[in-house]
Amino acid sequence: MDSMTVMGVASIAGAAACMAIGSIAPALGEGRAIQQALSSIAQQPDEAGTISRTLFIGLAMIESIAIYCFVISLILIYANPFWNHVIAK
Amino acid sequence: MPITPDHTIYWQWGFMHLNATIVYTWAVMLLLTLVSWLVTRRLDGADEHRSRWQNALEAIVEAIRGQIRQMCPQGADTYLPFIGTLFLFIALSNLLEIVPGWHAPTGSLSTTSALAICVGVAVPVFGILRQGLAGYFRHYLKPSFIMLPFHLISETSRNLALAIRLFGNIMSGSIMVAILLAIAPLFFPLLMHALGLMIGLIQAYIFAVLAMVYIAAAVQSHREQEGETHG
Repeated sequence: MDSMTVMGVASIAGAAACMAIGSIAPALGEGRAIQQALSSIAQQPDEAGTISRTLFIGLAMIESIAIYCFVISLILIYANPFWNHVIAK
Repeated sequence: MPITPDHTIYWQWGFMHLNATIVYTWAVMLLLTLVSWLVTRRLDGADEHRSRWQNALEAIVEAIRGQIRQMCPQGADTYLPFIGTLFLFIALSNLLEIVPGWHAPTGSLSTTSALAICVGVAVPVFGILRQGLAGYFRHYLKPSFIMLPFHLISETSRNLALAIRLFGNIMSGSIMVAILLAIAPLFFPLLMHALGLMIGLIQAYIFAVLAMVYIAAAVQSHREQEGETHG
């Protein structure tokens, strides 16, 4: 295999692995957060507005980890910084 | 496949490029300004003669002001123009994706970075206006000066996350629709498009709420936070 093939395979496999592994923890975390928020709303329906606003903020914070993984995958596939180096060789 | 509208260049003169992001940002600005100007041209205070457009705008402004007041009870009207503009701009540019051929300007990292930089500038400005220069910068040194780099890192990374969150959500939505159009052309892209519209609205809400939370944290001094229990 020449270096270009190795580069392509490594980029795509790395992007897929980054997305697959990196979305496990945020998914579990969001599930726990929503579970707690739902049981809180069930116990105190009056506070539903405050709880759901805080839930949205928390979900956005948790989700940003998954989004970092997504951006790294996109960089690996669409804007790989090592492509120019490989092509120039 | 173009992943950002930055690469679509319509017009070029020297070093100036007029790309799709700028054009569609101008379109959103024009639409917002024109509609607001047309509606607020003849405002009517009396309850009976209120036009339906005026009613709609008042409902939107009242809803945003109510949300801000819940998060920061004192001085909500100070932040209403900034937060309201952020929300309306992001929401409109996301919702206009139902127009065929529309590239949402929020799907470009340059637009979202600009919005995040606006928030990053507004937070210390509002904080200094409220507490004075020394009062604002004192919270960087709490509980001790060892925490100073950590405060700086957290402020930088939360602004970075603000930009990348909006960009990632909107751009992934449009890419997903484009990929699905190639795979399953008829029904499924429609569902994903509807989901994308919902995500766009939620992201606009989250962006505005997070900006408001950062500002509220900056303007509320330590003493006030101890006295109040609201989060």
